[in-house]
Amino acid sequence: MLTLAGIRLLSVRKNSSETASVKTVRLGGELEAVPGQFVMVWVPGKDEFPMSVSYPGSNFGITYQVLGEGTRALAEMANGKKVGIRGPYGRGFSIKGRKLLMIGGGVGMAPIAPLVDIARAKRLSVDLVIGAKTSDDLLFERRATRAGAKVHISTDDGTKGFKGFASELATELLDSAGPDHVFACGPEKMIVKIVAAASRRKIPMQASLERHMKCGIGICDSCALDGVHVCKEGPVFPLEELRKFGDLGVTKLDPAGRRVPV
Amino acid sequence: MTDISVEVCGLRLRNPTMLASGVLDETARSMLAVAKSGAGAIVTKSIGIEPRSGHPNPSVVELEDGLLNAMGLPNPGIDLFSKEVKEARKGGVPIIGSVFGGTEEEIAELAGMMAEAGADAVELNLSCPHAKGYGAELGSSPERVETSCRLAKRACGVPVFAKLTPNTSYIAELAKAAERGGADAVVAINTLKGMAIDPEAGMPILGNRFGGLSGPAIKPVGIRCVYEIYESVEIPVIGVGGVTTGRDAVEYIMAGAQAVQLGTAVWIRGEKVFREVCREISQFMKENGYDSVKEMLGVAHSGRH
Repeated sequence: MLTLAGIRLLSVRKNSSETASVKTVRLGGELEAVPGQFVMVWVPGKDEFPMSVSYPGSNFGITYQVLGEGTRALAEMANGKKVGIRGPYGRGFSIKGRKLLMIGGGVGMAPIAPLVDIARAKRLSVDLVIGAKTSDDLLFERRATRAGAKVHISTDDGTKGFKGFASELATELLDSAGPDHVFACGPEKMIVKIVAAASRRKIPMQASLERHMKCGIGICDSCALDGVHVCKEGPVFPLEELRKFGDLGVTKLDPAGRRVPV
Repeated sequence: MTDISVEVCGLRLRNPTMLASGVLDETARSMLAVAKSGAGAIVTKSIGIEPRSGHPNPSVVELEDGLLNAMGLPNPGIDLFSKEVKEARKGGVPIIGSVFGGTEEEIAELAGMMAEAGADAVELNLSCPHAKGYGAELGSSPERVETSCRLAKRACGVPVFAKLTPNTSYIAELAKAAERGGADAVVAINTLKGMAIDPEAGMPILGNRFGGLSGPAIKPVGIRCVYEIYESVEIPVIGVGGVTTGRDAVEYIMAGAQAVQLGTAVWIRGEKVFREVCREISQFMKENGYDSVKEMLGVAHSGRH
């Protein structure tokens, strides 16, 4: 049978603003996904792009930054409009440890927020760093507080909380909070710094990476990172694999497969 | 002793499986990983003169029995890709450089550059069904196939393979044209041109609307094409199209293929598919009393002797 196996059309139930440039769309439907896994989101006639799941389960949802033509079109979709979903794909976060430190930089909070929910449902201790350029860009602060995480805020401009990068605040917490496992998602420069800090202290960690993805199913090589495919073997990698990536924080492929600086 | 090594156009392959063009072959590191996972040879992404980003997404549609894709020949251009070829050769298996172009002259120029980069052979992509102006338009004309092969042969000193399109009523004629042009082997088949419409969306899914169908769904078409070509030309045939198991590979070999290429199978069974397919071929040979791949070659044409 040559039926369409991958794609599922779901209706927009609610498209709401989280910050000035970040929105959450809830899609009428159920989709079980491990935090860190992603779906390919098809806006018919416009584009298809990968997005991590911020609300797994029933009334499933994704949280996205409005950046290009595809996400702009998604942001403008009214309730009832159809969006195509393939997935979930890839390897998500795997909860380990009892005293957890999580870091979500910018829209990198999208997969961290459901991870906080699950860890707290298991009554694990969660210290959470939410980082953003400025206080208006902070994502899911209320959601994480309600879930019972100890929330630490960092803003690049100091408009709220710690003034500086999320990686700096996270490094302080590696010592002061005494975590036994670290989980991070955010800008690659941030991840590189946290990988170095966690390595020095021999604290295990997992981080979610981002590369330009086309197929989402591990065949086209556009998301290749040192011969590993972020869409299939990742996007979440454990510390021992993160440390082996020579290209991490250095180069990535553009849509034509040219190496460009991260 | 079952021996699954083969020799195709002077290239010694430890086994008859090759990575097909377009899958996990845009970067040297990915090609090295595939070599490590057991492939007998690797065909690179199709490379052009200039960098190309490819078609807008969606570029792949998953079906029950195959994939429909319209990647649109994304590639970094031959100058940058040359480095990847050099690096990929360290894997110890032959690297076959795939090239595409809008004209016979451009294809030949790329063939020369690919050989210069270190490719052990060159595969002319005369058959991409979803990039306008490239591939199939040129590849469905016997005259242009012949000229492309002739010019490519002149431009490089390595074996030249012509990858043919099944989107024609006369694939054997294309194979004969490639042979007249001096091609060392033909590769059949590229994907079948197709389309998928999402009924709820009421529109084609692929960004390019049209794409190429690959995987188990097209295997019978590939087998038939290889069978026809084998009866029409003297040069070797390399079979591609839906090879997912050792038995699929044996079918192609019995139709007349000296080696097979796997692409969509990597999606179905993972990179370990090369080692598994080789094990399955060996198992089949043991059970059926074949000592070498050559003994199975083309037996479907005359029955087993």
